[in-house]
Amino acid sequence: MIEIGGTRVPMREQSVEERIKNFRSVPYGYNKEEVMKEAQRCIQCNGAPCETDCPINMKILEMIREIAYGNFKKAFLIVKEDNSIPGITGRVCPQENQCEGVCPVSKRGNGINIGKLEAFVADWARENGVKEEIHIKERPERVAVIGSGPAGISCSVDLRKFGYQVTLFEALHKAGGVLQYGIPAFRLPTEIVDYEISYLSEIGVDVKLNFFVGQNIKFSELRRDFDAIFIGTGAGAPLFMSIEGENLKRVYSANEFLIRVNLMKAHKFLEYDTPIVWGDTVGVIGAGNVAMDAARCALRLGAKKVYILYRRTKKEAPAREEEIQHALEEGIILEELVAPKRVLGNKDGWVTSVELFKMRLSEADESGRPRPVKIDGSEFILKLDTLVEALGTKPNRLFLHKAPELNVTSWGLIKVDKNLMTNIEGVYAGGDGIRGNATVILALGDGRRAAKSIHERLSKGKKKGVKKD
Amino acid sequence: MRHTIVRKEALNTENYLIEVMAPNLAERFQPGQFVIIRIHEQGERIPLTVAGVNPKKRTITLIFQVVGKTTMELGTLNAGDALINCVGPLGNPTEVKKFGRVICVGGGTGIACIFPIVKALANAGNEVISIIGARTESLLILENEIEAVSTETYIATDDGSKGHHGFVSEVLRDLIKKYKKPGEIDRVVVIGPPQMMKAAAEVTSPYTIKTIASLNTIMIDGTGMCGGCRVFIDGEMKLACIDGPEFNAHKVNFDDVISRLAMFKEKEVLAVKHFQKSIKKKAGRQ
Repeated sequence: MIEIGGTRVPMREQSVEERIKNFRSVPYGYNKEEVMKEAQRCIQCNGAPCETDCPINMKILEMIREIAYGNFKKAFLIVKEDNSIPGITGRVCPQENQCEGVCPVSKRGNGINIGKLEAFVADWARENGVKEEIHIKERPERVAVIGSGPAGISCSVDLRKFGYQVTLFEALHKAGGVLQYGIPAFRLPTEIVDYEISYLSEIGVDVKLNFFVGQNIKFSELRRDFDAIFIGTGAGAPLFMSIEGENLKRVYSANEFLIRVNLMKAHKFLEYDTPIVWGDTVGVIGAGNVAMDAARCALRLGAKKVYILYRRTKKEAPAREEEIQHALEEGIILEELVAPKRVLGNKDGWVTSVELFKMRLSEADESGRPRPVKIDGSEFILKLDTLVEALGTKPNRLFLHKAPELNVTSWGLIKVDKNLMTNIEGVYAGGDGIRGNATVILALGDGRRAAKSIHERLSKGKKKGVKKD
Repeated sequence: MRHTIVRKEALNTENYLIEVMAPNLAERFQPGQFVIIRIHEQGERIPLTVAGVNPKKRTITLIFQVVGKTTMELGTLNAGDALINCVGPLGNPTEVKKFGRVICVGGGTGIACIFPIVKALANAGNEVISIIGARTESLLILENEIEAVSTETYIATDDGSKGHHGFVSEVLRDLIKKYKKPGEIDRVVVIGPPQMMKAAAEVTSPYTIKTIASLNTIMIDGTGMCGGCRVFIDGEMKLACIDGPEFNAHKVNFDDVISRLAMFKEKEVLAVKHFQKSIKKKAGRQ
């Protein structure tokens, strides 16, 4: 019987005691019965706000309807029309602020668990070897995509489906960008990232790893050799606080901490060669998703006490609700209204503590959140063995430095027009490289839009556009 | 793509040379730049020095000292084996132009790194005086090669087994005294262990001779993403991988460089022990 509204089918999760000892996914995912039951809660409303609120306007209602009837293959194929990496977005999209947040059912209980439905169909397809069949009508034009994160992946897939010859350049030894080096496996299992990315090569995208545009090929050569270019280089450069003591040992950027674990598998040290050191007490500065990820990684490495040090309060924290919830359940201590003054160390150069200001909240700033203000004379010392700075990231200046002809903002974001074209004809950009720290789904949407713009341009025969000057 | 080793040579008991297939690198490498390699799927990414390239053979030559697990394992590879990754050229090239008289100082494996720089500076019309040093004579590398492209070459060994008994910085000090008129030495480039570069920078600092040091820090990606290679130049944070590896030696905080290099020492010792055990086990089985 179809039950409308009501409460969500609960998601089974690893118990806290269990999961803090491993890097496996926290939620187990729905089984067939659960997923159908959850899908049957959908009222298939008019207007489908979930779809309009989705940055890529996925056909969510159709997906849910097929799941409700147990037509998982059909559901998967519907999802794949708009989204090349549903196993990933199903897990990392901020659904509570998008599709699930606007679901009318939420007025009578909680909204449909759209993220977990999406993840289910992706997993089901992977486990059952179900793939979409695509028939590519080859075109001769060549397009270069720089960076293999979410923007680059979606742009490459769509361009390939249009028939273009796509070369995807990635500087690291694995494709995926932030999906690979940034998001930990307990939130986004590595095998899912690897599987969804393997689709690129399968449909004929030429993926060039360990290839650095600017060093292995000049940007000008790329412009000469390709008919269009998409730049999806993201925002990979960590920000530091620029306070005393950042030179100390065991002070990390969140990027370094997470790259060591996620990309290099430092938590399996000795089986893998990359080391990581942490000690008993770890402090993480910031309260975004990356801060939660770093804190939860530290716990899983074996840290006894992990602090999140945040200058505002839980209410203003930019991390996803689910991530904060998981972190707190796991015993991570959220220290609100504190901001670092300096980092202190011993004579051998190891961090021993951080000196913090107490803060109070004042009137709202440009971001709409209350502005944190230092309380004079409130400084206190917090002892710790490791300090991780999760303050956000900036676009990588190395690439921009190698492509000086690109117009960028003072923050280093690439300027684009409404079609995502940069100041250079035929060169497009999207994702965090034009937005700063945004989300996987927005990057994915940019990649799609840019692919469409590139297709419109090249199919009109303007293929020599990038080969100017 | 995999990078096949086409030649391997033990230069001495601590240093190896491998010539590796890397067509793009062979074509694009410039003196002063470096590569990051990974041996296999479980391997770590480590920066290595490029001692030369052969665009015709499409190869590059890497010289490394066995200091940790990865370099130890690298030393066990032979011609025919391959590296899973060899990415680069990374970092900024050395500024090469006609300066006049340049002193190039290389210590230990740093000699491999400075060799292409000496060559390039000599080709640009400079009078290049080289000072190379090692703990003992048998560990000295590329002596003949450096001599062939330098106007004068000096040698120092810690134990006095060859050349000056002591440090390269002492030879540098004596040379500077010899050319004491301002402008007689136009530039000093120094590459080696950070303690040695620090000492050399202290020697040239009172004479205000522009001195360049190349910093070999801990790195992961080498593209400005991890921040692990951060160094402090005149108090300002820079990344050795993308802002360097070369910096004005008089402004580098070498104590920080030295301290941060020791961050993973304990783990490195563990990894070496584990590796030696696994080799013994393998040998036992055969």
